Amino acid sequence: MIQLKNVNKVYEDGFQALKNINLTFEEGKLNVLIGPSGCGKTTTMKLLNRLIDYTDGELTIDGKIISEIDPIELRRQMGYVIQSIGLFPHMTIYDNVATVPKLLKWDKAKTKDRVYELLNMVDLDPEVYCERYPNELSGGQQQRIGVIRALAAEPKIILMDEPFSALDPISREQLQDQLVQLQQEINKTIIFVTHDMDEAIKIADQIILMREGEVVQKGTPREILTNPKDDFVREFIGQERLEKAQGLPPMTAFVDANFPSVNVEKSVDDLIDVMVKHKKDQMPIVDNDDKYLGIVSLYDAVRKHDVVLRDLVNPDIIAYRETAEVEKFVASKDTIAPIVKEDETFIGVLDQDQLLAVLHDKIEPKSGVRS
Amino acid sequence: MDFLIELGTYMLENSSELLALAGEHVMMVLYAIGFALLVGIPLGILAAKFKKAAPVILSLVNILQLIPSLAMLAILLIYFGLGNSTVVIGLFFYSLLPIVRNTYVGLKEVDASVTEAGRGIGMTPLQLLWKVEFPLSIPFLMAGLRVAAVIAVAVATIAPYIGGGGLGSEIVGGINLQNDVRLYAGAIPAAALAILADFLLGIFERKTKNRFAN
Repeated sequence: MIQLKNVNKVYEDGFQALKNINLTFEEGKLNVLIGPSGCGKTTTMKLLNRLIDYTDGELTIDGKIISEIDPIELRRQMGYVIQSIGLFPHMTIYDNVATVPKLLKWDKAKTKDRVYELLNMVDLDPEVYCERYPNELSGGQQQRIGVIRALAAEPKIILMDEPFSALDPISREQLQDQLVQLQQEINKTIIFVTHDMDEAIKIADQIILMREGEVVQKGTPREILTNPKDDFVREFIGQERLEKAQGLPPMTAFVDANFPSVNVEKSVDDLIDVMVKHKKDQMPIVDNDDKYLGIVSLYDAVRKHDVVLRDLVNPDIIAYRETAEVEKFVASKDTIAPIVKEDETFIGVLDQDQLLAVLHDKIEPKSGVRS
Repeated sequence: MDFLIELGTYMLENSSELLALAGEHVMMVLYAIGFALLVGIPLGILAAKFKKAAPVILSLVNILQLIPSLAMLAILLIYFGLGNSTVVIGLFFYSLLPIVRNTYVGLKEVDASVTEAGRGIGMTPLQLLWKVEFPLSIPFLMAGLRVAAVIAVAVATIAPYIGGGGLGSEIVGGINLQNDVRLYAGAIPAAALAILADFLLGIFERKTKNRFAN
């Protein structure tokens, strides 16, 4: 567990990059630091491997004060992935991945097993890629190597500084998926810096939103989306994402009030006329007080048009209250959803085209592919 | 035409002597370049690593390069006496600038993201230098070495003025005796050596570039 208590960072020129940061990074969780540029997210991350030292406060890792840990030792126990990938261009893929095990003087067989295991983990065939040089790989492949280089010596903590932001959208999505999948297997404490809210929502266990050196809000993606703390958070998340995060709107939002209904006293022939005119194959039937009685299908009406209308009404198709949740209809097998007021007065029918459009928006991710 | 035949005959008749002189010439250059690498690379690293040392080191080697070759050898003669070793010292001074400067530039040119990655995964400053920064600066160093070698081969031809040997002996002899044939018999192989050094080190440089840079 990593804890920051009242941590401040003031540069020599007086600029205060971090103001009283209080944070806990839970063990085995994927923590995302996010915020606009200059908010201190990268600075906060770099405190953890002592690439930057804080000026006051307390930072502990598993109870040990970080300034008392040798920075070289500390870094070898932490993975580090950077935006510009930073593979060593003069070393083969094998040597790149094996860098930290070699620094830690692992024996050769163990190092080799580990490198092969890691390459397989990110779907790169060791036989093909070990002897290649970084410039022979695509950007996405290079960053895969960047990630497994960080994992090589089994660190408990991994720092990732906007690792996917320089990649094309497809590679980015793939690597995000792969990271989420990987994290389920390896359960590391990951500190992930990004400015991309979609990325944060997709991968994070905990999101820490920062602005001007301060933590504005922290919580699970769901907590932040459903309960943004202030206007800044709302603005940073964006209206579109906030709407998506809310549940489906109630039935009233989808009422098609122009949908006709037919009085039960009318004849079957009248009913058929109305249905044909409005091109409907199902028709809600109401009584004299406009109370909903049931549905008649065009098929039944045509087949048995010598009976009275009341006998054709199918009361099994129940009406939904206008305050009911749309989910109920989505979960049912009904093909029409009459909507009524509390007192059973018929209002209209659920507009399924509109519902479909809303559902489609929610389910379809904003960009790229989802596997 | 007659002159060419005369030159050819002379060079054939004295081929073993000319070969010996060329060998001597090459040895002086090799020693000088070898020492220059031994001294120049650490100086270049110091300049790259310590901001304050950089201007001092770089201007010093620059000044050495600016002294006219004949004057430099004459000054060295006063302290080190006649002979090939004095020539080697002079050539050494001349080779320093391209080697120091290119080591310095090569180290400065290493991509910041690569050094950050190296630091971030726990390399000590020495490991970072030895495993990452220096290997990546080798193509630059090779370019410097190539320049140094060509300069040294050329400057070495004035060695006889301070009691040294090499192909310069034929050239100086030819000038003194007003013998064009001897002059060319020294100058042509000297020029060929310079071209050869440039060519071979050029290939080497490209190889290191392919290997160490992308």
